[in-house]
This record gives sequence, C-alpha cells and structure tokens, in this order.
Amino acid sequence: MTDPVTDPVTGPAHGGGTVLDVRDLRVRVDTARGTADIVNGLSYSVAAGETVAVVGESGSGKSVSVLALLGLLPGHARVSGTAAFRGRDLLAMSEAELRTVRGNGIGMVFQDPMTSLNPVLTVGRQLTEGLLAHGRAGGRKAARARAAELLADVGLPDPRGALDRYPHELSGGMRQRVVIAIALSGDPALLIADEATTALDVTVQAQILELVAGLQRERGTGVVWITHDLGVVAGTADRVLVMYGGRCVEDGSVDDVFEAPAHPYTRGLLGALPALHDEDGADGAPAERPDLVAIGGTPPPPTDLPPGCVFWPRCPVRGDERCATEQPPLVPVRGSGPVPHRAATFYGERLQQTEVGA
Amino acid sequence: MTALAVRRTLQAVVVLLGVSVVTFALVHLVPGDPVRLALGTRFDQATYDALRERAGLDQPLVVQYLQWIGRAVTGDLGVSFRSGDPVTALILERLPATLSLALASILVALLIAVPLGTASALRPRSFVDGAATVLSQIGISVPEFWMGIMLILLFAGTLGWFPSSGYVPFTEDPALWLRSLVLPAVTTGLVSGSVLTRFTRSSVLEALGAEHVRTARAKGLPPRAVLDWHVLRNALLPLVTVTGVQLAYLLSGVVVVEIVFAWPGLGQLALQAVEARDYPVLQGAVLLFAFVFLLLNLVVDLLYSRLDPRISA
Ligand SMILES: Nc1ncnc2c1ncn2[C@@H]1O[C@H](COP(=O)(O)OP(=O)(O)OP(=O)(O)O)[C@@H](O)[C@H]1O
Ligand code: SF4
Ligand SMILES: [Mg+2]
Repeated sequence: MTDPVTDPVTGPAHGGGTVLDVRDLRVRVDTARGTADIVNGLSYSVAAGETVAVVGESGSGKSVSVLALLGLLPGHARVSGTAAFRGRDLLAMSEAELRTVRGNGIGMVFQDPMTSLNPVLTVGRQLTEGLLAHGRAGGRKAARARAAELLADVGLPDPRGALDRYPHELSGGMRQRVVIAIALSGDPALLIADEATTALDVTVQAQILELVAGLQRERGTGVVWITHDLGVVAGTADRVLVMYGGRCVEDGSVDDVFEAPAHPYTRGLLGALPALHDEDGADGAPAERPDLVAIGGTPPPPTDLPPGCVFWPRCPVRGDERCATEQPPLVPVRGSGPVPHRAATFYGERLQQTEVGA
Repeated sequence: MTALAVRRTLQAVVVLLGVSVVTFALVHLVPGDPVRLALGTRFDQATYDALRERAGLDQPLVVQYLQWIGRAVTGDLGVSFRSGDPVTALILERLPATLSLALASILVALLIAVPLGTASALRPRSFVDGAATVLSQIGISVPEFWMGIMLILLFAGTLGWFPSSGYVPFTEDPALWLRSLVLPAVTTGLVSGSVLTRFTRSSVLEALGAEHVRTARAKGLPPRAVLDWHVLRNALLPLVTVTGVQLAYLLSGVVVVEIVFAWPGLGQLALQAVEARDYPVLQGAVLLFAFVFLLLNLVVDLLYSRLDPRISA
C-alpha cells in the first residue's frame, strides 16, 4: 500500500487515512412513472483498513449508490454530490480517468457469482485482461503467472489449472473467489463488495469473509460491504450504515448500532421494536413484544417517496405530526466511542432507552 | 467433442433416411404420370409399357424405393426421365452456380447484419437504429422477385454496371463470374441480411444487459475490449446458428431469384423436374437439399460446441 496511514475517525475530504469520502450523493432516474429518487443525500467515509457495512432492504438503493461511484450506472441516471477517492472526486472524473480507477484503485465484487463472470471466456483470460489493461503485467506470460498467484491468494486449489477453466466448470464458491481475485488484481485501496456472499452457503461465506479480512489486515484495504445479513455485519464490520429509501437512516460503530439502535427501522431489522406507548403503559399494552423479524409493509417506490420521514408509512412509532411532514435530519444520538452514532428520526434518543428485544 | 460428432452424425443419417422415405412417397403420390407426360402426343400402349418397365415403375413401391436408395448410397441417383442424363451429373453440374450464389449471399447478409445490428443495439432508438429497423422491415417484406427486378432495372439497365442475368462459371472467367454474381447475391443477401440484422440487434442488446459486462467495465477495460470480448463474443454465438439456417435455405436453391436472374442452379433444376414429373431428378434434388441441411446443422452444432464452452459432449 502506498498510504498506510490508519485513522479510524472520519477525517475531512482530503484526510490522509480516508480512502473514500462520499458527500451528499444523489442519484435520480427519469422513468415512465416519474422521477425516481433512488439515492437521496448519502454521506459516509471509509478509512484505510476499515470495513463499512451497508445494510437495508431490497430496493433501498445500496447497489445504485456504489455503482454511481464508478460511473457504472446507465447513461440516463443523474448523479450529483462528491465522492473523493484518495482526494480525487470520482463523480467529476471523465470516463477515461474513471477507467484508471476501475479495477485498479477500486475493486468491485458483484452479488451473483453465477452471472458476474463471462461464461465463454476462461478464468485466466478474465483475470489477465484487467492486469494487462492497467499495465500491471509485462506481457501475457507475466500476467498469467500473476493471475495464478491471485487465485492462490484467494484459496483456489490448483490455481494454474483453474486458469484454463471456464466459469461453469467451477462451483459457486470457487467462482466467487475468482470474482474476488479479479477485484483484488489491481491491489485496490478500496474494495466494494455488493452482497458478495449472499448466493453462497454458510461455510463458503465464512471462508470468503475470513479471506477478505486477512487481505485487509495485510494490505490495509478499505472495504464497503453491502449485505442483507446482520450476522455478517456483526462479525466483520467496524462501522455500519443503514439505508432506507435511498437515505442513510442510521450509522455508527457496529457496537453502538447493535447495542443501542436509535431508528425504528434499524430496531425492526434487529428483530425487536417496542412502541413508545407500550413503554409509557398508557394504553395498557404489554411492555414486551415478541421478536418482529419482519417489518410489516414494503419500502416506498423511489418514484413516490413520502414527504416527511421516509419510514413514516411503516413506522410503528410515529411520535407526532412532524413525522409525516418534516424530514428528520441525521443527528447524533447516544454513542460510546469516537465514531459518531447518528440517526434520522425525531425519536432516536428516546427509543434508545428501551432495550432491543426486551 | 468426438463423441458429440459421432452422435450427431448418426442422428443425421437416421433423419436423412426418414427424409428419403417421405420424399419418395410424396413424389410417387403426386398425381401425374411421368411416362405419359414424356410420351406426349406420340402415345401408344406398347411403348408406354416398355418405358414403365425400363424405369422400374411397374414394380411395387417398396421395391422401387429399396432399389433407389440402394443405388443412392453409391452416388447413383438414376437417370432423368426427360433427358436420360444421370441425375447425379445433372445436380453436380448445377451445384457450382448454387454454391456461388449461396455463399456470396450469406457474405452480403453478414456484412450488412453484423455492423448494422450491432450499431442499432449500441444506440437503441437513435437515428441509426430507426433507419436500420425501417430498412430491415422493408427487406423482410419486399418480395425477392421485385427486389431482383428493381436491381436489374437500375444496375443492369440504367447504369449498365452488371449483367442483367446469366451465370458465368468461375473456371471460365473469374472476373465475369464475380460480375454475374453481384446482383443475384445482393438480392438474396438483402433479404437474409434483413432477417439477420434484426437478430443481431436483439442478440447484442441481450448480451449488453448481461451482468458480466458490468464486471468487465468494473475491471477498467477500454470500451472496445468490453464490446469485442464481453458483448459481441457472446452475442454472435446464437448468430452462428441462425446464419447456418439461412445458408441452408440459400443452398437449397432460391427458386424465385434463380428464375429472375436466369441462374442455372438447383432451384431451377428442381422446378423443372416438378413440371415434368421427372421423379429421379426431383427425388435426387430433394434428397440433396435434406443432406445439405443436415450437414450444415451438424457443422453449426459442432462449431457451436467449439465456440461455447458450456456445451460439451
Ligand atoms: N436504471 C434504473 N432505472 C430506474 N430505477 C432503477 C434503476 N436501477 C435501479 N432502480 C431502482 O432503484 C432502487 C434501488 O435499487 P438498488 O438495486 O440499488 O437496490 P438494493 O438496495 O441494491 O437492493 P437489493 O438488496 O435487492 O440488491 C430500486 O427501487 C430499483 O428499482
Ligand atoms: S421520524 Fe417518526 S416516522 Fe420517522 S422513524 Fe422516527 S418516529 Fe418513525
Ligand atoms: Mg443490490
């Protein structure tokens, strides 16, 4: 790594240890049903060696928010904000400049190992073409040797043999290792994994998580880990960002967010959601509720977001009128460490006083 | 690979046998007596019976079929009722004309379809896409004879660039061969090319949407490499199959075009044979068409299995 500075606390946009600093990221797409506000003012940063988990239901804008960083969205998507990668704004880069970052400074792993590799090209070809495009290998021979090394790094048995295989000849877990090897081939300062293990079984998933953690310790890579799986977050991430309706509704250190979640949505995800009134005992309801693993209802379509709090239509708390009319800003709530714990709800601190699952 | 080849070849042989039975039965069930036709007004019973016997037409159908197919495997397809010439020789004589036209047409078709279909898919709803859609609709719906006549009027008549009809064998004069080939090849090529353009467009569009294309872009590959290796390489696979089918169609003699351009190919031969109830020639031609079709399918299948690693024996 060229910049081994580690500073877990979010610094300014050009801070030394900050690999990625996203400010007010917005993505809009004009559709037949009106403008879709897919990402609405997302801000976060990733320090070297740090893992930031992004969680949220399907459709909350997780994939779109990271694809936007690398200019991989369809041409009609309107992207605004800034995203400083080692101090250079990705969103202001030309396509040619972006190509020097893609697969080089930033590696990306996509969700489905069955479809993210080209079925008609060998694994070796798919690994070496990136190395050659970025001038990371002298020639075909050197590129092949490097590709075999990369496959060995990600724990593929018989890496030399695997070079001449086609994706369909490998198992799902092995394919995902290949995809990860491709993402790591540019020795990236930032690895973005979009549900990289969702399609895999638990054992393989654990192996891959361990693999990435190891590489991270070794090379100080910053990681953005998109997942549905809170177990994965708890096990691997330093910080977590909860997305809903294209917004960050809560973020903070994993410990803070898991121990004292402040947003009703996060609390719902975590499996318990005591209502305010229960706590007061005013309506005589029992003070305890069974685990609510699933939150009733579905997320609002990005073409039709509610005017007030995005979570309002499904929120069991809905403290007062303001919830329906005013957007709650992302404000600090009770936290324990140097990483700020923030939530976008008017009732954060009050909810934190009730224990999750109690 | 070899196991696949063997299996497919055996399948093709079985199908070919089936086709030969059906062809034979159909030809013999079509009303019209070839001997009577051949004799015309000079009909007398004794000659008639003698001719029928010589042609083996007095034998039961099964016996006739077995004799025919037995000789056919040795390359002997009998003699024409009309001219008395061996059918195999008649077919071989026509083959170069048809082969030239078919290959030239498919070349024209691919030269149109691949660039135009790809350009359309890369910019859907652009001017190029719109123009390509309209042109290929026209190409598909305009009858070949009309297209042929228009081309003749313009390029042979008004401009005088190419001969209006006729075929010059390559062995006689390569330059003239090429010139005689242009108009008929463009006529059929435009039609096949229109079909293939539509096909290429949808195939490239589908390939563009594949997730591995995003992976390729995320690697930082230049656009050209993404297009060639991750879009076209995949999109052209199904095109191989469709091109094979088109070629088989062209090889079985494009009757209309052969008539418009007075092209002495297999289509013409087959048509004349139908008119004259020339059983041996007709059977021979149909058997050859079936053979060509099966052979091309076999070649396409094997080629496909080379190009697409997912297909294995
Ligand atoms: N090109 C597009 N045009 C219009 N809407 C889009 C487009 N791409 C995505 N969307 C919409 O944006 C929203 C967010 O999509 P995104 O794929 O980012 O969700 P996600 O959080 O990654 O979900 P999942 O967990 O299912 O992967 C969805 O409602 C989706 O329908
Ligand atoms: S602001 Fe109101 S509606 Fe939104 S999450 Fe908080 S309590 Fe629920
Ligand atoms: Mg997604």
